[in-house]
Amino acid sequence: MIRLDHVTHRYDDRVVLDDVDLELSERRIAVVGANGSGKSTFARLINGLIVPSQGSVTVDGLDTATQGAEVRRRVGFLFTNPEAQIIMPTVGEDVAFSLRRSGLPADQVRTKVAETLRALDLAGLEDRPSTHLSGGQKQLLALASVLVLEPDVLVCDEPTTLLDLRHTRQVHGILAALALQLVLVTHDLDLAADSDRVLVFDEGRVVADGAPGEAIAHYRGLVR
Amino acid sequence: MSLPLAVSGDSWLHRMPAGRKLLALLVGEVIVAAAARSVAAATVAVVVAAALWSLARVPVRTAWRSLRLILLVATLVGAAQWWYAGGAPAFVVTSQLVVAVAIAVLVTLTTRTSDLLDALDRGLKPLRHLGVDPARVSLTLALAVTSVPVVGGLLGELRQAARARGIRPGPVVLGVPLVVRTLQHADQLGEALAARGVDD
Ligand SMILES: Nc1ncnc2c1ncn2[C@@H]1O[C@H](COP(=O)(O)OP(=O)(O)O)[C@@H](O)[C@H]1O
Ligand SMILES: [Mg+2]
Repeated sequence: MIRLDHVTHRYDDRVVLDDVDLELSERRIAVVGANGSGKSTFARLINGLIVPSQGSVTVDGLDTATQGAEVRRRVGFLFTNPEAQIIMPTVGEDVAFSLRRSGLPADQVRTKVAETLRALDLAGLEDRPSTHLSGGQKQLLALASVLVLEPDVLVCDEPTTLLDLRHTRQVHGILAALALQLVLVTHDLDLAADSDRVLVFDEGRVVADGAPGEAIAHYRGLVR
Repeated sequence: MSLPLAVSGDSWLHRMPAGRKLLALLVGEVIVAAAARSVAAATVAVVVAAALWSLARVPVRTAWRSLRLILLVATLVGAAQWWYAGGAPAFVVTSQLVVAVAIAVLVTLTTRTSDLLDALDRGLKPLRHLGVDPARVSLTLALAVTSVPVVGGLLGELRQAARARGIRPGPVVLGVPLVVRTLQHADQLGEALAARGVDD
């Protein structure tokens, strides 16, 4: 369970999130809103990448401000740009890198890496240089490197914005099949409609929150 | 721009533990520098290096791509030496240069980056007492290895973006944006590392 308790966030003096108060327990939560409305800030708060200027954020009762490391062990994060998430020179090594400090023996690491790559349609590419993958495959690799850690919650900040239609569908399909809590920031309203709850952000506030139908209708109304 | 990446294979060199291989490389480099100083000794060094390469069964194309730069440099150095000092010293210097680089490249070609990192982790452990964090050193090296092609790619993008706007891409036009874009990339990568809990 993710809880934001009267969270206000400022960059310098500018308020970008204004008194956001939420309890998130649904399995699939979509976040929509205009550019600059505070979605990425909200997403980063959940993983403890930033801590709120005011209020508190907890995941399963763990405070991101004081127990950031434990929170990050539970909460995986997928960014928009796959280029900036890949660390190791080859596909297999990048996924294994996530397990570097797990203390698992090498053969178990290898098994886990192979399983994860298979689940993401990257089987057989272990030794491929990661820079030689297509943009869509790079994002699948970034997702593999997060999922191999078996997080309870996955936060994705516009994970398909840079992908072509085929890879967008593929990533969506994989995300939909995951057995974990998913917080998905997206501009894809079809995808948002497929979730249990939709949050609409506007100028740092949650202006609609509820079932996809109503919330998305409200968002369309804002744009008109 | 790209560094030679480990090639798969199961030769005796591929199977040798990374730590032992690094140590052997260190010893090899010292011997080449200190002992391969006569034509006979240099010839032995070249034969040994060539034997190691053929034992590793690196594909000829990969070998050529990995070594062509050092062969070019060595040819130039050798030609200059020949002119000034004569045939024997030219042969010795060229051989030392090529062998020293070739055995180092061979180690990177037959060892996975992650194994090299683990070996460095272990090798650097005694330096803990001096405040060196081995995991951090090896992570930095991994990032350096991965960043070479990334920065190469950024440069290519900038070059094309400049061309598309009718600007001739020279070092002055591209230098500053390349530095800025590289820093932006480093910033995003830093955030991704934090999200994966690397710093925790
Ligand atoms: N690191 C930062 N420093 C200063 N301002 C920022 C920073 N990150 C985001 N902002 C600003 O905060 C506001 C909300 O940004 P963001 O959360 O990224 O919105 P969204 O993801 O919805 O586009 C924007 O006006 C943006 O310019
Ligand atoms: Mg954003």
